[in-house]
Amino acid sequence: MKFKRTLIAASLMAACTVANAAPSNEELYSMIQQLKAENAALKNQVDASDEAVEAVVVQAEKMATFSGVADKVSIGGYGELHYNNLDDQNGTADSDKIDFHRFVLFFGYEFSDDLRFFSELELEHSLSGDGKPGEVELEQAYIQYDMNGHNTVTGGLFLMPVGILNETHEPDTFYGTERNPVEKNIIPTTWWEAGLMFSGDLAEGLRYDVAMTSGLDVSKKDTKSTFKIRDGRQKVASAQANDLAYTGRLKWTAIPGVELAATMQYQENITQGNVAGTEEATLFETHAVIQQGDFGLRALYATWDLEGDTPKLTGYDEQTGWYVEPSYRISKHLGVFARYSEWDNQAGMSSIKSEMEQIDLGVNWWPHKNVVVKVDYQIQDNEKATGKELDGMNIGVGYSF
Amino acid sequence: MSSVRLQLRYKLLLLVMLPMVAFSVSARGVYQTDEAFLTETFDGKVPKSSVIWIKGDLRKTVADILSHKYSGMRIRYWQQDERSAWILNEIGKEQPITFGVVIDAGKIAHVKVLAFRESRGGEIRYPAFTRQFTDAGLIGLELDRHIDGVSGATLSVWAMTAVTRLALYLDTLTT
Repeated sequence: MKFKRTLIAASLMAACTVANAAPSNEELYSMIQQLKAENAALKNQVDASDEAVEAVVVQAEKMATFSGVADKVSIGGYGELHYNNLDDQNGTADSDKIDFHRFVLFFGYEFSDDLRFFSELELEHSLSGDGKPGEVELEQAYIQYDMNGHNTVTGGLFLMPVGILNETHEPDTFYGTERNPVEKNIIPTTWWEAGLMFSGDLAEGLRYDVAMTSGLDVSKKDTKSTFKIRDGRQKVASAQANDLAYTGRLKWTAIPGVELAATMQYQENITQGNVAGTEEATLFETHAVIQQGDFGLRALYATWDLEGDTPKLTGYDEQTGWYVEPSYRISKHLGVFARYSEWDNQAGMSSIKSEMEQIDLGVNWWPHKNVVVKVDYQIQDNEKATGKELDGMNIGVGYSF
Repeated sequence: MSSVRLQLRYKLLLLVMLPMVAFSVSARGVYQTDEAFLTETFDGKVPKSSVIWIKGDLRKTVADILSHKYSGMRIRYWQQDERSAWILNEIGKEQPITFGVVIDAGKIAHVKVLAFRESRGGEIRYPAFTRQFTDAGLIGLELDRHIDGVSGATLSVWAMTAVTRLALYLDTLTT
């Protein structure tokens, strides 16, 4: 091809320099037509090469990105190691221990664009089995279907839509080695049930969740009823389902860095009918999460109302708590926080000294956005003069991926 | 179970199921097609696309911006005068989110979520959030401003921040 072009060019030059041999107009026209045809052929070859390269690159990128079933599977997880050095100010219940508190793996599978499976399997306290400190827990296992662009339905075992930490509790997302005592003892985080939940957008930045699920059973712990909410989690483990629970949440996030939310839950019977003199129970929770620039603020209030004569006898008919947690991000990698918490699981009877207070002060250091080292100091105040009151230091290392 | 309790349960069940019929159907997850985004960006006259090959030192810089290796071999873009448009995918928590980024004279004109496939964090698509990026430029490889996040959507926010930084950086290589 190059040779041909050279030949034609040479012919043209010769035609120009040798006046006597000047080609006629017809000959020039013929030469130009020949050049045009060859240019077109060359262009086609270049286009064909480009297409071939494009096909190879597309295929190579596909192979790098997807590998059959693997592109439908998602794997993730998080974990946190805790060291507690806490002294009981009123007794001998000191807590000096090191514990791989949570080791969690997520597995998900995308059946189609609008149908997916998600699961969370957790090993708590490192070692499970008879007489061992920990347990293996299935915390999430659900199928989720997108009914349309704005609404989903979730069926299976899922986290309850309540509080700040219950659904988002990877250690790198919150301050403090241990989860705050209000969400732990009042909500009670981490809390999951089995059932059906609809979620979606009502307007820009306004989301709803409504769920019908299995309920709590506060008579479950040991053989006697304690009515303490945290002890009522059945964890969907051959759980009694005589009485169900209905939950609704509204969450507003229309302003960046601001979340305002409220949850109401109605339990048909909080002992699943196992204890005489118990009836329905209701939970109300509301919270604010504000992050503006380097300043952060979390505040939460939650309260339970247990109907029936029996819980009233021991003040468990009202269980309530709140906390406020300002924080400041000193740099991309370093943040400090303070938290004041107050909770009472027997608030229904003022003569019972059961109110707890806790102050936490600490620092989070993120060497990577998904890895965190935490150091904090806690000071507890137990209204009951002889009650456990743990003061001291907590250190944690956590990650998520 | 008493009939009163049973009736109450049915009523609550109906209440829970109300959303199934209360909302109209729309395309799942895809808020704007790539073609519609480009047509809108260039007022109907979409220029021919170009590519930047991600190789050598550029591959390392792209990995620094994304906090992970880039699996593709090149990135396609569309450019007309000082305006460039980029369609980039980045995983939030589990699934790729498709972003459309428009850059005018080295600053973000706007960023949009074209397709969202995650189960949480979809709030990042709303203008109240995306308008924080308008007029943002780069200082080094970082945005020249703080972006306020969306609670519960941290990973989606990170993904959007990363792709805007990437588009701004790649734009400097095209002009």
